[in-house]
Amino acid sequence: MTHFIDRRLNPKGKSLGNRQRFLRRARAQIREAVQKSLKDAAVADIGKERKIKISTKGTKEPRFRLDPRAGGEHDFVLPGNKEFMPGDEIKKPRSGEDGGRGKQASDSGEGDDDFEFTMTQDEILDIFFEDLELPNLVRTTLKETPTKAWRRAGITTAGSPTQINLVRTMRNAFGRRIALRRPRPQDMLELEAQLAALEMEEPQTDDTRGQISALKDVIAKAEARRKWIAFVDPLDVRFNSFTEQPVPTSQAVMFCLMDVSGSMGEREKDLAKRFYMLLHMFLRRRYEKVDIVFIRHTHDAQEVDEQEFFYSRQSGGTIVSTALDKMLEIQKERYATADWNIYAAQASDGYTQSGDARHCVEMLNADIMPLCQYYAYIEILDEREMEVFASEDSGAELWRAYRTVAELWQNFATKRISKPADIFPVFRELFKKSETA
Amino acid sequence: MVTRPIAEKPLFTESGWDFAGLDCIYRAIEEIALNELKLDVYPNQIEVISSEQMLDAYSSLAMPLMYNHWSFGKLFAREETLYRGGYQGLAYEIVINSNPCISYLLEENTMTMQALVIAHAAFGHNHFFKNNYLFQQWTNAEGILEYLSFAKRYIAACEEKHGREDVEAILDSAHALMNEGVFRYRRPPKPSKERVLEKRRRRMQYEEESRNELWRTLPAGVEPPGAPPTTEIEEGAPAEMKLPEENLLYFLEKHSPALRPWQREVLRIVRNLAQYFYPQKQTKVMNEGCATFVHYTLMNALYDRGLITESSMLEFLHSHTSVVFQPEFDDRRFNGINPYALGYGMMADIKRICEQPTEEDRDWFPQFAGSGDTMAVLKDAWANYRDESFIEQFLSPKLMRDFRMFALHDEADEAAYKVSAIHNEQGYKRVRAALARQYDVGASDPNIQVAAANLTSDRKLLLEHRMHRGIPLHEQTRDLVCGHIERLWGHEVVLAEIADEDQVSQAE
Repeated sequence: MTHFIDRRLNPKGKSLGNRQRFLRRARAQIREAVQKSLKDAAVADIGKERKIKISTKGTKEPRFRLDPRAGGEHDFVLPGNKEFMPGDEIKKPRSGEDGGRGKQASDSGEGDDDFEFTMTQDEILDIFFEDLELPNLVRTTLKETPTKAWRRAGITTAGSPTQINLVRTMRNAFGRRIALRRPRPQDMLELEAQLAALEMEEPQTDDTRGQISALKDVIAKAEARRKWIAFVDPLDVRFNSFTEQPVPTSQAVMFCLMDVSGSMGEREKDLAKRFYMLLHMFLRRRYEKVDIVFIRHTHDAQEVDEQEFFYSRQSGGTIVSTALDKMLEIQKERYATADWNIYAAQASDGYTQSGDARHCVEMLNADIMPLCQYYAYIEILDEREMEVFASEDSGAELWRAYRTVAELWQNFATKRISKPADIFPVFRELFKKSETA
Repeated sequence: MVTRPIAEKPLFTESGWDFAGLDCIYRAIEEIALNELKLDVYPNQIEVISSEQMLDAYSSLAMPLMYNHWSFGKLFAREETLYRGGYQGLAYEIVINSNPCISYLLEENTMTMQALVIAHAAFGHNHFFKNNYLFQQWTNAEGILEYLSFAKRYIAACEEKHGREDVEAILDSAHALMNEGVFRYRRPPKPSKERVLEKRRRRMQYEEESRNELWRTLPAGVEPPGAPPTTEIEEGAPAEMKLPEENLLYFLEKHSPALRPWQREVLRIVRNLAQYFYPQKQTKVMNEGCATFVHYTLMNALYDRGLITESSMLEFLHSHTSVVFQPEFDDRRFNGINPYALGYGMMADIKRICEQPTEEDRDWFPQFAGSGDTMAVLKDAWANYRDESFIEQFLSPKLMRDFRMFALHDEADEAAYKVSAIHNEQGYKRVRAALARQYDVGASDPNIQVAAANLTSDRKLLLEHRMHRGIPLHEQTRDLVCGHIERLWGHEVVLAEIADEDQVSQAE
């Protein structure tokens, strides 16, 4: 007998659990590799599925094996002889070279240093954003329709058929059947077997006939009993119950302020965009409810959408304070501090119209910082400048001005970025989970 | 040859397949396989799966179910990358040595390929599994799936009870010793399956007894399913050590002072798996050769009867020839001797020797040259040989010439290999012996034994590696594996390499 079984509809991803175990196991190596590979990615490719090469440290699977290179002698056979005669000599390939042709393929290449595989976007981002959070996030009021979540709430006697708790139901039924002495199928079979045996008996005496009718009675009663006492009674049925519970949410908004003026070259803009791209993904991934406001500015500021923020080109002079104005304006209009946690990240090359820096500082100190949970300023330098401004104290006008703000406010952070490789460490530093949290 | 009426029309003409078509072609193949080739097979269960499921199956050692472990995830990641990157195609099928014999067909195969795969797996491999002595003696086709499902649940329950890290650590160590976890020469003391069934029976009995008492609410403790209700130690007091012991996992399971009962059970699971796979390791060439020979014969028979079209025959031949392709040693594609090529080559050669022998064949194989009964010779070979003995017995000079085989002698301190024999009159025997040796797992696996264990004082465990022809263990992996053994033994472990001349060098 042959069975053809269509398994294609069976659940896929049987290996997912094992894959996660593997990723967890190789976490340290993977994180290193992910950072390295993200560094060289183009803006649009950040967070795409990609190939990762990790060292096998931590995921080695050693086995005893023989090492014929280290000593001893052995013989082996190869196919495809063209010119060799007995007694000829063939130089050995140096170790490491083309896998030692002629050696039996060593199993699974254990001992090789690198292991290459593909990771999905989710896996990469999970690893990258691990241990990061928005600092100082506080729970705001619940007055906005709070989100609800379904929670288990025990077992009930009423519910929809899809929620039947089979185990509980069958357990109840089983107990009831025993308590009410419902004849079991094997009891019935036994009785019938007895009956059949009696009926087969030759010759039929009165005694046996009497037994037969008695047995028939018993069977009829048992049958009847089986009828009234259902196998599963509505009484037995239990349902899983769920209730809705409000989940307190914290609302937050992130203002992304980016300088796109003429002084920002392509390179600087690219760095800034990478930073925001990362920030954007981080927020989207970790905080479903976070609003993001994109503001870009030259000599005046505009609120733009995501697409425009990352992909459009614009140029002009530089007045940083316009962006701060814009931010305040939007905040007043849409994001009351009572209900919202307010965050801002600003990226600039540090140059602004003379005098504007002081204006910015005033605004920050007087209006913005009191509202904000956290304000990150990222200055984008080219590498030459980075060397010049090696110390934290020296820098362009805006940098020096912002240093004074940072001294006043603990939740104001300033960082510098001069090459793609800086972005990730800086990002991680800015959003590190605080120890006290 | 029996002449048969030519079918009026082929069974299929389209390249797509459906279940009715599969059933039809299966019957046709079955009819020829059972009545003409007289194959003896387990009942077949054929399952169609998607490519993702095939990848899943790959990474659980090609078994339909398997306990969870990160190393399978690693395997999956590698296979997936190779497949998606286009470096490697998927196997057309996977077949499992079980009763019923389960074969997986890939849904993307064409109808011709499905026919090929059914012939290959459901009849070729199946016959081999059922009849080869190694499989008969060492594996339990009836119980393997049940055992795996037990193993999976047991390990999952252990993880819940003892924490994932602890269980993974034990599995890591056990996996490291998988190759040393088999009985090579003697049978395991007791077949595992019966033990498990017995345990299960006892447990069910226990459950039934306790369940009847309705009024007593039993605390629902998490208990590994299949585990006996109370601690059940091995028959009698600590079993007597029989030394030397080649099966390290068995030894550790029985005698390690450091392991808890569930850890011993985990070792046993890994050991049973290792034992299950051991025959496959020793019969790669024969197993694939048998399946390939069978599918070739069956497909040709179908074609001769007009049951498949010329175009599917061509498609079949194309795929068949690429399966049995043997790159030469200096080819970039060379990756050892292709077991399909060698196995199929030898079996097709046996057929030739039976039917059209040359003088040379009569000299070399007087027992069956010209006997005409190919299937009898092949079936005897399939039943009673493993790769090593099969090659030693049946590799013919003609095949050595066809493969242009030559034997190399390698000494570790020499800068060059020496050609010791080639495919000529003086060399045939030596080439054949060298090739057979190459397939002898006894020689290619290190021979490691437990030599002594001091349970009374310092509990030092002494292992010995008896070197074969002076080849030592690979040093780095040796040290890593020794670390795993120490974890399982709980005390110091010393591995001594013993040379042929009894020179002893010690390693930690």
